[in-house]
Amino acid sequence: MFSSFMTGTWTVATIVAVVAGVAGFFVVLRGSAFVADALPTGAFAGAAGASLIGVSTLLGLTVFSLLGAVSIGLLGRRSRHDVATALTLVLMLGLGALFLSFSTEYAPEIYSLLFGEVLGISAQEVGPTAALAAVCVLAILVMFRPLMLSSLAPESGEARGVRSHRIEIAFLLVIALVTSMALPVVGALLIFSLMIGPPAAARAFTDNPYLAMALSAVVAVVTVWVSIAAAYPSNWPIGFFVGAISAFWYAVGRGWSAWRRTRPARGAANRDEGAPAVAC
Amino acid sequence: MTEQHSTGTSEAAAAPPATGQAPSGQEVLTGQEVLTVDGVGVRLAGRDILTDVRFGLRRGEFAGLIGSNGAGKTTLLRVILGLLTPTAGEVRVEGRVSTRRARARAGAIGYVPQKIMLDPDMPVRARDLVGLGLDGQRFGLPMPSRVRRERVDAMLRAVGAERFADARVGNLSGGEQQRVMIAHALISGPRLLLLDEPLANLDLRSEQEVVGLLARIAREQQVAVLISAHEMNPLLPVMDRVIYLAGGRAASGPADEIIQTDVLSRLYGHHVDVLHVHGRVIVVAGRGDDPHAAPAQAETGQGW
Amino acid sequence: MRAVFEPGFFASSPVHIALVAGGAVAIVSAVIGVFTVMRGQSYAGHAFSDISVTGGSGSFLIGVSPLWGFAGASVLAAAVMDLIGIRKPRGRDLATGIVRGAGLGLAALFLHWDTTHTSASGVTVTILFGSMFTISSSIVPVIVAFSLVALGVTALLYRPLLLSTVSSDLAFARGIPVRLAGAAFLAAVAIAVSLAAMTIGAILSTALLVGPAATAQRLTSKPAWAFTWSAVIALAVTWLGVLLAYDSFYWPPGQHGWPVSFFVVTLIFLAFLAAQPVAARRARLERRGLAVSEG
Repeated sequence: MFSSFMTGTWTVATIVAVVAGVAGFFVVLRGSAFVADALPTGAFAGAAGASLIGVSTLLGLTVFSLLGAVSIGLLGRRSRHDVATALTLVLMLGLGALFLSFSTEYAPEIYSLLFGEVLGISAQEVGPTAALAAVCVLAILVMFRPLMLSSLAPESGEARGVRSHRIEIAFLLVIALVTSMALPVVGALLIFSLMIGPPAAARAFTDNPYLAMALSAVVAVVTVWVSIAAAYPSNWPIGFFVGAISAFWYAVGRGWSAWRRTRPARGAANRDEGAPAVAC
Repeated sequence: MTEQHSTGTSEAAAAPPATGQAPSGQEVLTGQEVLTVDGVGVRLAGRDILTDVRFGLRRGEFAGLIGSNGAGKTTLLRVILGLLTPTAGEVRVEGRVSTRRARARAGAIGYVPQKIMLDPDMPVRARDLVGLGLDGQRFGLPMPSRVRRERVDAMLRAVGAERFADARVGNLSGGEQQRVMIAHALISGPRLLLLDEPLANLDLRSEQEVVGLLARIAREQQVAVLISAHEMNPLLPVMDRVIYLAGGRAASGPADEIIQTDVLSRLYGHHVDVLHVHGRVIVVAGRGDDPHAAPAQAETGQGW
Repeated sequence: MRAVFEPGFFASSPVHIALVAGGAVAIVSAVIGVFTVMRGQSYAGHAFSDISVTGGSGSFLIGVSPLWGFAGASVLAAAVMDLIGIRKPRGRDLATGIVRGAGLGLAALFLHWDTTHTSASGVTVTILFGSMFTISSSIVPVIVAFSLVALGVTALLYRPLLLSTVSSDLAFARGIPVRLAGAAFLAAVAIAVSLAAMTIGAILSTALLVGPAATAQRLTSKPAWAFTWSAVIALAVTWLGVLLAYDSFYWPPGQHGWPVSFFVVTLIFLAFLAAQPVAARRARLERRGLAVSEG
């Protein structure tokens, strides 16, 4: 599996994992698991539409996921976020059903778009993927502080001119880009696993946000490497391994946090007693 | 600070109160205040939430914004922050009008909101949150610099939070989180600090500590502090001024002048009694001599 | 009238089944959906539809009827989600996502085995985007039976669920077994959604769970009316969707017909958007009513 024709796969998968880990740090921080799940699923409909009109599927994916992000952002201003996400998702899927009804030639391609295909990545895709990845990572780094502020203390942010709605839409757009970039590798249905499993584990191991973000990326990379290594010989879909390993990381994270809670926190002996905070 | 019947002017000169007249709680604004609330009115969905609210706060003054839930405290705070445009009047912070655009001047007002969603699983330490108070609105990653770290450490020390600087914010107790949020609000050096119901979910000891901390901050750092609360008793020992909100109107002045039966009755528009019980102040609605009027409690101190 | 109802609409047997089975499923989803939306469990509801796909594709392998595969997988997932047992919305969504990811990974594996071993190409598409016109009449009674079960559970749980949704502390104080009620409800959602997924496809199962309920909530503040409106809207969009899909066979240019899912989803979306101005107006009136009573 380390032959030259697999180089493309390894490279792209690593790039995708790094971006997913970095973006996933904020997905988990903001509790946006549903959005991270819905965008790629809906974007998949864009791929079907693109095929229909003969445009590149990647373009169709990207356009659809960006539109989905905008829709969730706009609807989310007046309604609950989960309702906005669900409705946007079903609308996109409904359109996908429509596109698919016009032609029946998709089945194999659909499968790899949905679940990922370890052999599906050629060396030519490395360039565009790397470029898109750089854009996504750069965007997140640039937005880092306002994003943190509006995720942790939105009102304090508003008082300083950080408009929550704008940050939200910007963040959604970045997630849309991440998903469309990663979709061909890991598949629509499982890219989001990469964005929530590794960060969920990373945050259990460190209190430091910067470290947590870096650790998310590392864990995500390990996840895809193991998934490729397992998918190659067995020919099972990569997505299966990603989903399973992400669940494993989540369990590890929960377990570690629970274990940590049974031990006295650092400096706890010196701290006030006081009633526990009413969080949320 | 003298009070007198005011017809809504904000002239610089302060005249002595007319003899024989009870203070009405209307102020004359001298223009030297950090915060100037000048005839603010807010009308939403056909309701007058606030009417002609007028008061000023100077550096180092500690004021309590007292009112029951729904009296308009949060609305007033939002107007001061520039998050809500008043239907009438204006708010000036350090001489500049507080509007949506002016808000973008980071660090002008320190704000501690009512509820923070702090998840114990979040990998964010107290020092990270305080650091965001310094430059959270700027793009990019914070450059690790010794100067920045020292400023954060100093602020944490000032609020007594250095012991848990590296602990996860979500794991802290209510009182500890409060301190971190205060540090977060203060670190950019604002002249005005606003807190929305900071005492609401605290136990007695934490409450006293936070009040003491805020009074000290007001005094030592010469910051104008405005706290909204529905119970005034914890604040009575340290308040320089009370701004009492009822029915959308405000009366402002020293506590012992404002928390009086006649002033509050006029504010409420019906009779209320101000009772002093074991050093606590209780405001009760309804006439004592009317057997049919159930004394519904409008405001209470500790101990219902 | 002829243009609205294309020839043969009322005589067509698949249409009858679609109207009856689809209608029943729509009503069940909409009713259960009201609580689902209120409890902020839309994501979980959506997760069940895809997890039931896992069950459906797994059922081929062990030769069990798809119905049990669909329902069983979802209920299992509900149990896992409940066991992980996080009450705060953020943590809950994360747990839902993880369970869904693992479930979908399994689905990928099952479908992989399906296509290589049974060479049913396009089975993926069928399961995920299923059509209402291909329901066989034999499972209609089963659908109705399961629907009644899900509705029954919800009706039984109505009051404890309402109270614990508004405030779990209040419910707890009254001796309501909050955790148990929540788990039972989640199981009911699982059954309803998997049923819907099998009958009308995974897309519509989510759409009918969330859409009509969310729309109804914009139209009224009274719980009883929310259920009624939700059911009415769901039935209306489903029937209208069936009609339009049938008619679309006759539309130019081609004669292939547009999918029911597309019509129903679009109608739901439009209904939701249309309800916004109504909601705004209602909110204004209610606030005025409050102002009047406060004097």
